[in-house]
Amino acid sequence: MKFGVVVFPGSNCDHDAFHAVQDALGQQAAYLWHQSTDLERSDAIILPGGFSYGDYLRTGAIAHFAPIMESVKKFAARGGLVLGICNGFQILLESGMLKGAMLRNRNLKFICRPVHLRVENVDTPFTNALHPGQVLSIPINHGEGNYYVDNETLETLQRRREIVFRYCDANGGLSDRTNPNGSLHHIASICNRGGNVMGMMPHPERACDALLGSTDGRAIFQSAINAISGTYSKPKVAEAVAPQR
Amino acid sequence: MSSITPELVEQHQITPEEYSRVLTLLGREPSLTELGIFSVMWSEHCSYKSSRMHLKRLPTRGARVLQGPGENAGVVDLGHGLACVFKVESHNHPSFVEPFQGAATGVGGILRDIFTMGARPVAIMDSLRFGPIVEDHTPSLPGGVPVKITQNRRILRGVVGGVGHYGNCFGVPNVGGETVFEACYQDNPLVNAFALGLARKDELFFAKAEGVGNPVIYVGAKTGRDGIHGASLLASAQFSGADGQQKRPNVQVGDPFLEKLLLEACLEAMHSGRVLGIQDMGAAGLTCSTCEMGGRGGVGVEIEMDLVPQRETGMTAYEIMLSESQERMLLVAERGHEQEVIGIFKKWGLDAVEIGTVIPEPVMRVKEGGKVVAEIPNTALTDEAPVYDRPWAPRSRLEPLDPPPAVKAQLDQARSGEDLAQDLVRLLAAPNISSKRWITEQYDSMVRTNTITGPGGDAGVIRIKETGQGLAMALDGNGRYCYLDPKRGARLAVAEASRNVSATGAEPIGGTNCLNFGNPEKPSILWQFSEVIDGITEACEALSIPITGGNVSFYNETEGRAIYPTPVIGVVGLLEKAEAHATAPFRPIGNNAGRSIIVLGGVLTTDESFAVSFGSSQYAQTIIGALWGLPPYVEMAYEQRVQACCRHLIAEGLVESAHDLSDGGLAVALAECALSSGVGASVKFNQADDARRLLFGEDASRILLSATKESRARIDHIVSQYNIRADEIGVTGGDALVVSQQGNKLFSVSLESLRSAYEDIFPATIEEVRV
Repeated sequence: MKFGVVVFPGSNCDHDAFHAVQDALGQQAAYLWHQSTDLERSDAIILPGGFSYGDYLRTGAIAHFAPIMESVKKFAARGGLVLGICNGFQILLESGMLKGAMLRNRNLKFICRPVHLRVENVDTPFTNALHPGQVLSIPINHGEGNYYVDNETLETLQRRREIVFRYCDANGGLSDRTNPNGSLHHIASICNRGGNVMGMMPHPERACDALLGSTDGRAIFQSAINAISGTYSKPKVAEAVAPQR
Repeated sequence: MSSITPELVEQHQITPEEYSRVLTLLGREPSLTELGIFSVMWSEHCSYKSSRMHLKRLPTRGARVLQGPGENAGVVDLGHGLACVFKVESHNHPSFVEPFQGAATGVGGILRDIFTMGARPVAIMDSLRFGPIVEDHTPSLPGGVPVKITQNRRILRGVVGGVGHYGNCFGVPNVGGETVFEACYQDNPLVNAFALGLARKDELFFAKAEGVGNPVIYVGAKTGRDGIHGASLLASAQFSGADGQQKRPNVQVGDPFLEKLLLEACLEAMHSGRVLGIQDMGAAGLTCSTCEMGGRGGVGVEIEMDLVPQRETGMTAYEIMLSESQERMLLVAERGHEQEVIGIFKKWGLDAVEIGTVIPEPVMRVKEGGKVVAEIPNTALTDEAPVYDRPWAPRSRLEPLDPPPAVKAQLDQARSGEDLAQDLVRLLAAPNISSKRWITEQYDSMVRTNTITGPGGDAGVIRIKETGQGLAMALDGNGRYCYLDPKRGARLAVAEASRNVSATGAEPIGGTNCLNFGNPEKPSILWQFSEVIDGITEACEALSIPITGGNVSFYNETEGRAIYPTPVIGVVGLLEKAEAHATAPFRPIGNNAGRSIIVLGGVLTTDESFAVSFGSSQYAQTIIGALWGLPPYVEMAYEQRVQACCRHLIAEGLVESAHDLSDGGLAVALAECALSSGVGASVKFNQADDARRLLFGEDASRILLSATKESRARIDHIVSQYNIRADEIGVTGGDALVVSQQGNKLFSVSLESLRSAYEDIFPATIEEVRV
């Protein structure tokens, strides 16, 4: 299958995402220029990390006006898979494709380090290769990853199981100490109602090679491959599963 | 009527003798613009006028060296058609005046030096030095200047923020470096930034203009009034009084986003084959790039000021030529293909304007509205720039050779095991030794997905995806050592940087240096400089490390107080297979037997008096609060064999961990190996020496290894081939550090208490709110 990696001016994890899907996962990959509207028949779109447009105004705020984003939105509306990583997640929030907003990290500093993530929902195109409650080790790398959303939307997210990963400790436990950036309800990743658009602050492309310390990120790309190749069929959107906290 | 008065000449930091030389070289009086141009090009920062004759002594040749000093950065051959481009540079004074922007633009400048050569930057490191951030034994500086804890913390926060902001946004991993605290850096912090890039060997670019009639193209950010005279007033003068505030406008402002675009556009333009030469506009901006590119190509460059993209209105030729606005490049393209090149920059949203042409006359010609406002022979600014053989004289010792009486009395008394354990805890909590996670977690250390060992290791290690090779890199300096003995200190700095690289298994292939000193017009400072050059030369020759470039930073003085002489050495090493590298943490042993802990080189490597060499140690600084004696002597031939042996053992896969012994000695190294893995250690000394020497002495040429019992025989065999010692001192395991000497238990400290000292004190200190 083919992953399209969008290149905004200031994207700096575009090469890494490209390398991960092409060399670690053995799939096709293509760079998609921000001023183009052609997704080049990609099966899935990655909005990579970085500092698109210098993060001027707000993180991700300018990127969502790029011509390519019109095509990405249409693609997503038709059920196409879109994965936003870090700055890509911020762009998905700014463009309204996902709900909520990012605040500055609680300690007001940029944070780069591996964190533990608990898998909250395996019934999505990006998590079908994972087990419920599985704990992954994947790095974060951001200054604004403190996820925030109003109470009502939070309840909806929980009810519809749109919270995909939470920050946790090595055993999957949730505590304030293991919440690196102050995110509401330890949220590290959410998806849309259809599950086909997912944003995550941690960088799975940095966890695809044992030489660099972790291969836990591969399952996320592998899940997308499963979803596209039909080895996994998306379940109906589940409502009212037990609250996650 | 003369418009150039002696006062004006003096304001430009040009001496009367230098001014007569200007008159001779031009054969006439300079215009104001020309005077400005001379002042920056002949500044210490650009001309190396005080250091040049000493720098010639450095070894710069080697089988792998493709480019030595003189270009934007040095280049070494990695084989497989790949080349590695690297350099370290200072941005000290700007970082004192405006910590965040000063440090950020320091990173920006060194990154441009790398990609100007056609290389994509793949790693950076930073070597930082500040005044004390905690109250310790230094209540005040010479002259009664109080220690300014709050100021020093503010500068640290700003510098770390700036380094992080620029590197993170640009997208280059920060893989290591060092942070040091010492009173002498209080009003003159050191910010040295290292960058390394990769290029195909046949696609390197050089800063050379060629082909008369070819277009000279300005690319990148617009020119503003920022940074005017940065090179002459900030970098080549010492500070006094209110300079910190007054010189703020001389500091440039950086935009890493723009630099990221510039990187991508430059690499794309270079790849088009239509770019013939390119140089970044760093110190002395447009002036430096114009005359140096012409000079190297044996041609001239003519530029028109009215065509230069400007951020502000009403800028004069003087201001445009001297501006140090960031994120700008000057390139020469092939005539007839300039639109192709310009188109690439437009695609990335950058200004690209033809501002001049290559001319046959070897001059730099500057026009404003068609009228010539400056015309200077290239050589007058480069080869003919003044070179000084300044007087130097050995400095009389300021610190005693033997421990002061009170210290001697203290050292004569044996220290109890309990006290030694407390000493270790205090050392681990000291800012110079403790974990710098608070700093390094603010840096992206992983982007580009190549980082095998990031900050906190002996050396940063990255892989090269294209070839499967690995590159290790380390930055090291020790001002205390060099203050006590510049030559010994410099030898140790080279030895340690190289040892750090060897401890990963990589073979050192090249070096770079950033030489931070006081005012070279003082004979004692120039003596320090000359001694340091000799020390670097001796060590580099012994270890076969050619110096391929670097930077000299003089005038690191405030109110006449000079910093310690501080050469910072960067060493780059090559691993033919990235997988075959070693790291510092002990390995988890599960239910198996503990691993043997071995000090390669031996627990003690010098016969010199402990009482003399201990005075330069971290123990003396932190626990005793005194400075005396000489730094440890390093026997270079032995050092070379220890490092070669270490690399051999790692290449054969015989060791499970390797860690250089340096600040804080063996006890600190043991704690670091244990804390990074959670695996404790039990150590027994057979020697009868003072336990302080065994635990905290800083003898050179030592690497701490751990290995399985099964590997011991093979290790012994290899060690004997290298004719070095290797002392087995204990085993790994447990959750404490247990130490005994000659059958008597000295102490047992839990890893938990070591950890809280090592990890928690530094962040708490720096985050502490003070009113």
